[in-house]
Amino acid sequence: MEGKCGVQKVTEETKEILKKYPKEKDQLIMILNDVQEKFGYIPKQAQVVISEELSIPMAEIYGVITFYSRFTLAPKGKYNISICLGTACFVKGSQNLLDRAKERLKIEPGGVTPDGKFSLDDVRCVGACGLAPVFMVNDEVYGNATVKQFDEVIDKYMNE
Amino acid sequence: MKTIEELENIRKEKRKELDLRVNTESNTREKHILVCRGTGCTSSKSPKIIENFRRIIQEKNIQNVRVIQTGCFGLCAKGPIVIIRPEETFYAHVKPEDCEEIIDKHICNGQKVERLLCKDIDGKIVNKLDDLNFYKKQKRIALKNCGIIDPEEIDEYIAFDGYKAIEKVLTQMTPDEVIETVSKSGLRGRGGAGFPTGKKWSFAQKEVSNQKYIVCNADEGDPGAFMDRSILEGDPHCVLEAMAIAGYAIGANQGYIYVRAEYPIAVQRLKIAIKQAREYGLLGDNILGTGFKFDIDIRLGAGAFVCGEETALLESIEGKRGQPRVKPPYPASKGLFGKPTVINNVETLANITKIILNGADWFSSIGTEKSKGTKVFALGGNVNNVGLVEVPMGTTLREIVYDIGGGIPNGRGFKAAQTGGPSGGCIPAEHLDTPIDYESLASIGSMMGSGGLIVMDDTKCMVSLAKFYLEFTVKESCGKCTPCRIGTKRMLEILEKLCAGDADEYDIYRLEKLAINIKKSSICGLGQSAPNPVISTLKYFRDEFREHALAKECRTHECKELSRIEINPELCKGCGLCQRNCPVHAIEGEQREKRVINQEKCIKCGTCINSCPFHAIK
Repeated sequence: MEGKCGVQKVTEETKEILKKYPKEKDQLIMILNDVQEKFGYIPKQAQVVISEELSIPMAEIYGVITFYSRFTLAPKGKYNISICLGTACFVKGSQNLLDRAKERLKIEPGGVTPDGKFSLDDVRCVGACGLAPVFMVNDEVYGNATVKQFDEVIDKYMNE
Repeated sequence: MKTIEELENIRKEKRKELDLRVNTESNTREKHILVCRGTGCTSSKSPKIIENFRRIIQEKNIQNVRVIQTGCFGLCAKGPIVIIRPEETFYAHVKPEDCEEIIDKHICNGQKVERLLCKDIDGKIVNKLDDLNFYKKQKRIALKNCGIIDPEEIDEYIAFDGYKAIEKVLTQMTPDEVIETVSKSGLRGRGGAGFPTGKKWSFAQKEVSNQKYIVCNADEGDPGAFMDRSILEGDPHCVLEAMAIAGYAIGANQGYIYVRAEYPIAVQRLKIAIKQAREYGLLGDNILGTGFKFDIDIRLGAGAFVCGEETALLESIEGKRGQPRVKPPYPASKGLFGKPTVINNVETLANITKIILNGADWFSSIGTEKSKGTKVFALGGNVNNVGLVEVPMGTTLREIVYDIGGGIPNGRGFKAAQTGGPSGGCIPAEHLDTPIDYESLASIGSMMGSGGLIVMDDTKCMVSLAKFYLEFTVKESCGKCTPCRIGTKRMLEILEKLCAGDADEYDIYRLEKLAINIKKSSICGLGQSAPNPVISTLKYFRDEFREHALAKECRTHECKELSRIEINPELCKGCGLCQRNCPVHAIEGEQREKRVINQEKCIKCGTCINSCPFHAIK
């Protein structure tokens, strides 16, 4: 998930992913899911390769990528902070966590800090409603969170 | 590939071995340690618990004990949960470091680990799972196997009557009889709208086509709902079996499961289940040697709420932007790739095998006149027992919130319950005794929805809740039709004005008018139901809207622009707890002095309100 990936590497790895699927247009979203997982975003070069191999216009691929919230066009930060805004978490005050995150990181949801260290997402339900409110740093889940606990976690990563 | 006889043998053998899972009196020397591996418990380290148990058992060379990962037990608030069978001991909030003690005391010496036993809401220690109030009023049909079997072992599914329904259908029933049974059972779609499942199947059956499809809608987008995910994680085979039965009924031989990519555990378990079913010849070219052909593929969603709408879902399976189609033609005649298609929700499918095995009359004896069977709810929000519950239709909201849910935490009052997520509405306290079924919920301005049930206490502002849902729909509107794309945006702007104290009474009138028009003129279910949270909160909590507009007041202090948090000097004892907890150091005052909030620094997060033992802060 770190930094932009080289053109050569992206081409090779995208072709590797394409080998797993039949060359049919309805596989586009499955392929994009794999690409997103592999690189942490969908590089332009990957779109070029998919466009050529599946005979889908670039514009259409771009349309699909921007439609689905899971796909992103830019890499995420080293620490991606996701704040759950599912209803269960919202009712238990996750909006306060999000407000605090925006204040601390000085970015809006979807953004990345200039040094590439943090990115922020507001997500809809990570599935841990029993632990609400919840936030995540990459894959680590923090449950029953308070603004204070959130600050401590952020401080830990900031001082790294 | 297995024959019918071989399956029957597995069923008998395995069932004997697993008797202790369902029979507390089971005459066995074995013990099974069941650990929840649903998403909730997994994120609080249940994989590590399993690992520790297995390691300790191996190190100490203990015989006759097995550690099993299962799907969700339901009571997520007590997670991670460990259940020891046959005695059904229920351990709550287990930590990886507790494993050694459980093995030493419970498994080796037969003594329960008191401090880990689950406590009920009244503080009583619960020895057995069945003694918990949470389970007493529940009836598990769709969730029958969740928390009992290891979802990654097909043999365990087979042991509990698994793949018996498909066997019955293929060897003893015609497609017409299958549809007849499903119709007679009164089963209705559990995805929200409640369309009769048998009718849907018969429409597709009557279409003449060289290719038909069965699609399982597992795109559970409603934030705060996790019924479908739990079924897929806890009992994936029952969905596969039901899809094959549906395929036989309408004459389809290909199925697709459209599941959110955000559900990695569910996707993984489905992949394993499909692979195992193929190996056993329960999916593929010649199922159980009867010549019936049916196979299933997985398609991943990529985070778009609108794809839960059936035609948008079909577009997405075809690899396109998930924008809904204009209906008619309905999917039953022109669906996936232009072919007749049946789309059923996960929970609907999870009922099918049980209906086939136990008969339509058994199923229709449960529930109310027009809504048969049970419904699974994801109970969340301000309620003690957050978790997954399955109750017969007709159970009242009060029973769910108070008897099963254990009431509201911190002695707060009940304000509203929200069902149906962004498409549903709020139910106020005066309707707590409404029986839950499709018609009753619709008549009080909410809807069944897919099964999210969020309880709110009296600290929640209804205007900001309506704003929350509109933010969601504005973000998730696909943009195809104007009323939804632009209308919801305008509604959100009015709600933002209300929460900021910039609105007047005319804005409420405009909000209401817009809501009605959007409902009437949108293409798909998303737009048609998007105004529901506003309409229902306006219906029951109009006073709060008027307060925001006229008096510029928010009685719950949730709307920060309208509120100030202050310490009442008469109640403050100067303990300083608030000061220590304040994340932005906005509370001033020396030791033992009464504290004061610096309004310029305060971010109104409310931490101090919750931390004050004397209720001096408001």
